[in-house]
Amino acid sequence: MEEHRDDVGARMGMWIFIFTELLLFGGLFLVYAIFRNQYSDNFHTAAHELNAFVGALNTVILLISSATVAMAITAVQKGNKSLALILVGITLSMALLFLINKYFEWGHHIKENIYPGSPVLASRGQGDVLFYGLYYFMTGLHALHIIIGLVFIGFIARLIIKDRIVSDNYVLLENSGLYWHLVDLIWIFLFPLFYLIT
Amino acid sequence: MEHEKDHIIPYRTFLYVLAGLIVLTLISVTVTKIHLGTLTVFIALLIAAVKSTFVLRIFMHLKFENRMFTIMVIAVILLIGVVIFITLLDYLYR
Repeated sequence: MEEHRDDVGARMGMWIFIFTELLLFGGLFLVYAIFRNQYSDNFHTAAHELNAFVGALNTVILLISSATVAMAITAVQKGNKSLALILVGITLSMALLFLINKYFEWGHHIKENIYPGSPVLASRGQGDVLFYGLYYFMTGLHALHIIIGLVFIGFIARLIIKDRIVSDNYVLLENSGLYWHLVDLIWIFLFPLFYLIT
Repeated sequence: MEHEKDHIIPYRTFLYVLAGLIVLTLISVTVTKIHLGTLTVFIALLIAAVKSTFVLRIFMHLKFENRMFTIMVIAVILLIGVVIFITLLDYLYR
C-alpha cells in the first residue's frame, strides 16, 4: 500500500519551529546587547571569571556532536544501520559530556556564591547581577534545549534499532538533526559573547 | 519533485566542515587575546556568522534543499537583524 508522506512539508514544519526559537534567542541577545552597552566595564570583569577553556571545549564537543548526527543521515541513506547507531551514539555521549561540563562550571560559580539572588553577587553591583543573570538564563535555556535534544535523539536511536527509520524513510532523523544543529548554532553565538569578552 | 532521489552527502564533507569549524573556534579564542578594542566583538561575531553559515548550509542541508528554505531563513535572519537594529537606534539616540 502506498503510504502518504510529505517529507519536504515535514522539514518545512521543523524549520518554522526553528524560526520561533531563533526569535526567542534573538530577543535575549538584544537584551544582552543593551545591558552590555550600559555596563560594559562590569561585563568585561565578570566575563573574566568564566573559564574560556571549558567554553571552547564545550564548543568543540557540540560541533562534533552536530557533525556525527549529520553523518548519521548519510549512514541511514546508505542503509548502514550499525554505523548510523554508532554516530547517533556519539552525538548522545557528546551531549552528556556537554551537560557534565556545564554542571561543573555552574557548580564552581555557585560555590563562590555567584548565582541569581545571591547577596554576594548583589553587593558587586547592578552590572554583575545583569551579566550573571543573563549568563544563567541564556546558558540554562540552552542546556534545557540540550536535554530535550538528548530525549529526542534517544527516541530516534530507538526507532533506528526497530527499523522504523530506514533508507527510504528517515525524515524524523533529519528533523532531530535540524533541532540539534539549532542548539549548536545558538552556542556558536553564546560562546564568544559570554566567554570571550576581553 | 516528491519522488526525486534525495541527495546523499559524503561522510568526508562533514569531516572537512567539522575541521573548519574547530579551526574557526580556535581562531576566535586566539583573536580575543590580541587587544583590538571594540573591533574584538565585531571579529568574534564575524567568525560566529561564518561558522553559522557552514552549519546552516552543510549540516542543516540548506545547500541541497529547495531554494524556498534558504529564502525563508534569510528572511528570518533579516527580521531579527532589523528588530535588533531599530531597538538599538532607539536606545542609543533617544
